[in-house]
Amino acid sequence: MEATQDRVTYINAGHTVRSWLLTIDHKRIALLYLVSITFMFLLGGMMAGAIRLELLTPPGDLLDSDTYNKAFTLHGIIMIFFFLIPSIPATLGNFLVPIMVGAKDLAFPKINLLSWYIYIIGATIGIIATLTGGLDTGWTLYTPYSTAFATTNVILPATGLFITGFSSILTGFNFIVTIHKMRAPGLTWFRLPLFVWAQYATSLVMVLGTPVIAITILMVILDRCGFGIFDPKAGGDPVLFQHLFWFYSHPAVYIMILPAMGVISEVIPAFTRKKIFGYGFIAASSLAIAIIGFLVWGHHLFTTTQSMYAATVFSVLTFAVAIPSAVKVFNWAATMYKGSVSFESPMIFAIGFMGLFLIGGLTGLFLAILGLDLHVQDTYFVVAHFHYIMVGGAIMGYMAGLHYWWPKISGKKFPEVPAKVAALLIFIGFNGTFFPQFIAGYAGMPRRYHYYPPEYQVLNVLSTMGAGILGIGYLMPLCYFMWSLKYGEDAGKNPWGVLGLEWTIDSPPHPHNFHTTPIITSDPYDYPEMAEALGAHTGHAPAEVAHV
Amino acid sequence: MSDGVSTGAVNRLQPHFATPAQQYETATFGMWVFLVTEIMFFGGLFTAYLMYRIQYADAFAHASEHLNITLGCFNTVVLIGSSLTMALAVHSARMNKSKSIVFWIALTMILGSIFLGVKGYEYHHKWVEGLFPANWFFQAPDAPRQRIFFSLYFAMTGLHATHMIIGMGIMIYISIQALRGAYTSSWYTPVEVMGLYWHFVDLVWIFLFPLLYLIGLH
Repeated sequence: MEATQDRVTYINAGHTVRSWLLTIDHKRIALLYLVSITFMFLLGGMMAGAIRLELLTPPGDLLDSDTYNKAFTLHGIIMIFFFLIPSIPATLGNFLVPIMVGAKDLAFPKINLLSWYIYIIGATIGIIATLTGGLDTGWTLYTPYSTAFATTNVILPATGLFITGFSSILTGFNFIVTIHKMRAPGLTWFRLPLFVWAQYATSLVMVLGTPVIAITILMVILDRCGFGIFDPKAGGDPVLFQHLFWFYSHPAVYIMILPAMGVISEVIPAFTRKKIFGYGFIAASSLAIAIIGFLVWGHHLFTTTQSMYAATVFSVLTFAVAIPSAVKVFNWAATMYKGSVSFESPMIFAIGFMGLFLIGGLTGLFLAILGLDLHVQDTYFVVAHFHYIMVGGAIMGYMAGLHYWWPKISGKKFPEVPAKVAALLIFIGFNGTFFPQFIAGYAGMPRRYHYYPPEYQVLNVLSTMGAGILGIGYLMPLCYFMWSLKYGEDAGKNPWGVLGLEWTIDSPPHPHNFHTTPIITSDPYDYPEMAEALGAHTGHAPAEVAHV
Repeated sequence: MSDGVSTGAVNRLQPHFATPAQQYETATFGMWVFLVTEIMFFGGLFTAYLMYRIQYADAFAHASEHLNITLGCFNTVVLIGSSLTMALAVHSARMNKSKSIVFWIALTMILGSIFLGVKGYEYHHKWVEGLFPANWFFQAPDAPRQRIFFSLYFAMTGLHATHMIIGMGIMIYISIQALRGAYTSSWYTPVEVMGLYWHFVDLVWIFLFPLLYLIGLH
């Protein structure tokens, strides 16, 4: 294969800062996002570190109460709005969706660049807000904390969130139009890779949900400016804010987890060398999660003035959303059954995802039970549950995807051994951090408290130790990915020896992705090994098989 | 308009599209998706309004009596008129008449400005009466509830007016492009897409007007 230096790639197509900052190439924009969200991840991680260190001892000795409130608020806001929501869609999705549909770029390349600038403006305002006093309302911005009682500047960070929301809307908008209108000849809807289906479902949530949180934040800003939409003194209803907030913020969880599920649906068949089991069910379950996900927000309001009839309906619907999630997990497991499973690092992350998502998903059902929720509402049980989904699930999936496609993105192989060690450390550290929190929460430890009774100390020390391991696990990929850029060997087109349109093109790809528009004639994941084992012959072989 | 009708669309083809038809469909489909996000954006405010309207029906009816129905009706007619002129601008583009595009867009902008002028007059009036939430000195037994109405009134009409101002900014750009002969009957996608946006903004008003102005009437 030809050396990387000899041909034009999206990376060497221009070397000036300007050529990066004004690029409209979806692959370069993906890298711009990658660098930005990694920075935000480190920032949010530092906040998490401060929280865990503070909670080593029952009294508040490291941070004072106000600082502690700001630390968990900023941890939440940074991790959710500035890291998790853009994580897979804006990086891997941006890079892969056009390639996977056989297009040269997204439908609106300039709007794609605009979305990154909007993200940067919003994030900058968010950071300025942090440096000029922070925010102490919790990431949920509940009224009237955020309107009448906040002691910090709410308008500035809220403006940052409002602006950032539009970058998410534009990304989702671009994906929907691209998937509808830019597919290569022969690429029917049911020949799309499942990663694209997952991005499509995610985009639907982004496009339908994000505008609602935008207008809700705008109403909070107006209230801070002297309006009284949620002002209880005048008869305004703070619970109305909660309804509007969770109408977006519950589906936002699916913005984080659906793309990770898409990654897993790619990685599992790749390292099982087997056609995915139940393609149609997995594709449909992505849409089902997106749709049902819009109808469950009321389970965040079981302890408010919401009527018991509404609460019952929301409880049932919350159980219903577990069905498509379970469909996915069963299909992944069935894909692995009797496949030739190999344990490369992306696969270890993917299996880790399945384990953690399973625990996170099942504990979600506990919270959907009306009676039990009264017991664990606002305790560490809830904190542990959503971290299992959003960190154990979404970030594991993100890691699996980064490792799987890194050779395509960078053109370089990374060392497998440290990657496998990192995957194990993250899995162990994650469980060490959050499993004790289930126990502490069930025993009654409330979330967001600065001081806690001494009987919870053992569990909190365990949790902080786990967080230390987790932190090392997260820093490792940063090191060996950087290392691979300089010292890694050339990956070639298809280092894993797997199927998929993205593995038929150069690594790193040409600025236009394809030299000629591909024509698609077969389903995805048609692995010949399995087909041959079953006595059939399909005639599809991986373009290039190399051993890793 | 030196480029001929047949080559206009081909010259405009961006490199990542295969055909002019694909590019055109992508742009219009994109605009519809964008308008869906706009519906959700306004939808949050409409939801808040409807919840309070049900809860505080009497106070909201009293508050709406402060609005000037005559001016509201006048503005509704003006805005529907501007939708007509916008439709004629798009029609002119389709008929390959650059000068008429500019004429109809200019008329649309004049109607839009009249609307905003009347709206500004109404805002001023409310301010003087002490009905602006941040400058509230209106006295009545149900004044706090009425203040919620006016909070929503200013939020909703203000957001609508912002959309109109953005739309008129786009119109200025499109007019300049039209004067340069950028649009031909084979390629006028920006005019078409702008038209969709303007009709949407008008449609929002069609809902705002009865909700805000006509509550008290029987």
